[in-house]
Amino acid sequence: MKAKHPALRAFLSDRRAVAAASFLCVEILLVLLIPLVLGQDPNLTDRAAGFWALPSPQHPLGTDDAGRDLLARLLAGGRVSLLIGFAAAALGTVLGVPLGLLAGYKGGKWEYWIMRACDTFQSFPSIILVLAMVSLLGPSVWNIILVIGGLGWASVARLVYSGTLSAQKAEYVEASRALGATDRDILFRTILPNVIAPVWAALPLKVVRAILSESSLSFLGVGLRTPQASWGNLTQSAMELVTLTTRPWAWIPPGLCIVATALALLLVGEGLRRALNPRSRTERALPFSSRGCKIKP
Amino acid sequence: MANYIVKRILGALPVFFGITLLVFFLMNMAPATIADAAGGGEASSAVMRAALEANLGLDQPIPVRYVLWLKELLTGDLGLSYRTGQPVLRMIAQRVVPSLILTGTGVAAAVVIGIPLGVMAAWKPGSGWSRLAGGLTLLSYSAPGFFLCVLFIYCFSVVLGWFPAANMYSAGSGGGLGDLLLHLALPASVVCLSSLGNLVRQTASACGEVLGEDYIRTARAKGLPEWRVVWVHGFRTALLPVITTILNHIPHIIGGSLVVERIFGWPGMGSLLFTSVSSRDYTVIMGITAVIALAVLATGILMDIFYRMADPGVGWGGEAK
Repeated sequence: MKAKHPALRAFLSDRRAVAAASFLCVEILLVLLIPLVLGQDPNLTDRAAGFWALPSPQHPLGTDDAGRDLLARLLAGGRVSLLIGFAAAALGTVLGVPLGLLAGYKGGKWEYWIMRACDTFQSFPSIILVLAMVSLLGPSVWNIILVIGGLGWASVARLVYSGTLSAQKAEYVEASRALGATDRDILFRTILPNVIAPVWAALPLKVVRAILSESSLSFLGVGLRTPQASWGNLTQSAMELVTLTTRPWAWIPPGLCIVATALALLLVGEGLRRALNPRSRTERALPFSSRGCKIKP
Repeated sequence: MANYIVKRILGALPVFFGITLLVFFLMNMAPATIADAAGGGEASSAVMRAALEANLGLDQPIPVRYVLWLKELLTGDLGLSYRTGQPVLRMIAQRVVPSLILTGTGVAAAVVIGIPLGVMAAWKPGSGWSRLAGGLTLLSYSAPGFFLCVLFIYCFSVVLGWFPAANMYSAGSGGGLGDLLLHLALPASVVCLSSLGNLVRQTASACGEVLGEDYIRTARAKGLPEWRVVWVHGFRTALLPVITTILNHIPHIIGGSLVVERIFGWPGMGSLLFTSVSSRDYTVIMGITAVIALAVLATGILMDIFYRMADPGVGWGGEAK
């Protein structure tokens, strides 16, 4: 395999990261395509099978307390959980990058207020804010994306901010200023490309955090509620003692899906981090490298 | 030094106001008004409702209410719970100790396991230790706390029957230490596992960086035993960044233990918070918010002071961070 870009080439040579990325692609394809093949409605009660039917060829994971096919719900939950994870991480990044650039470039009042807001959001358990806001706005998929994404800007902004601070002193920035570039040009054409690499590398971890937040909320009954399936509220059936003890097929698969997805995303993130940091490209594949840039979760 | 401390506290104040202001406005924007919650949804007639609102001080505009709330906070009065009518301060005070026991045990266990493991991983890259450290880190980052809780309850409580799955003490028991430890085992393990990954990772990366320094080479060259080089010369320096990361991680740890408390029925602040959010008990939510914010900021300042005392290179220059 021959890729032009050195970072892409480095990523492709990292077998674990490539395996993880392929796993994610396959997973996304599966949750999108299998429902078309199986044709099971995740919200349809199968009266013939009844409530809490045992796994059978017709219902590979059995049915739930309302006679709905659990495999179909697992896939539907996967669509929702992945959508929320990626969309919330994207929203947080889109908000955080310009704020971090502004704070680092403008300095003064901008820096003070943006960074104090950063401190505020980062020094408080986000689950409390998420809880409060979701209970205020109502637990729909889009509201949850809005809340988790909207609260996720701070870590991105801090990352971009510290990158911008050090990039500003670099000679290439001074050179482009001397050449008469406008502020906008310097910000978006000169500084941004130089500070964006750690943001890309941190993105998969943001997706993980978003998926975990959403599933925790839904597990606790304050996020998405049935009939809307999500990996979190599917695992919730384990809070009922009978299901916990006698129907492990109902709650273990959604939990394992979350863990597997998160693992794959973390490995992709690790691969990206190594690939985007030229100094560590040559290093052995370890979950943490002793040199090179560190990314705060 | 005193100068620095004052400056640091003043610097933390806007953050405290920011957090409480945010939560206060969020709570007051809720569609179901507080009078509904306080009246148990029964405040049907407009007259009754107005009377109730006036009684609770809700006829004032939101900013005025926030200032009033702050004023009372300064005198140590957090108001009365809309749900139970008890003083919020007393309700929270009852919950602080269980929360501290749970989080403290979990984090202490994570420190005891995570720091040596991280050092070993940095010392011998590519060894079994480093692979173990990597695996645990990935697991800890990727497994959601609630799933660990459920798995642990299933394995150790249902199948093996070793530990109880809920509450802090068995009903009817005198509440001895042994009983507490039995109940603590599972939730504390979850808290420990959730914070372990970050700790191992940061220790390993800090230690790895330090072990590449010149003075480590010098220590080795002058013939010190390897364990002394790593554990005394290397580890001591690496400890500072580790402390910082534990500190930065505190909000995550608190957030995670809220979920654990809720699932295990642990009578801490987390359970209280969830009950209060679902019953819209605003004074209690605000009280818990203030307590957590204060705790996070105070530990931040204390650790910063400690950090500066431990590292003469940083000094008391006054610039925050």
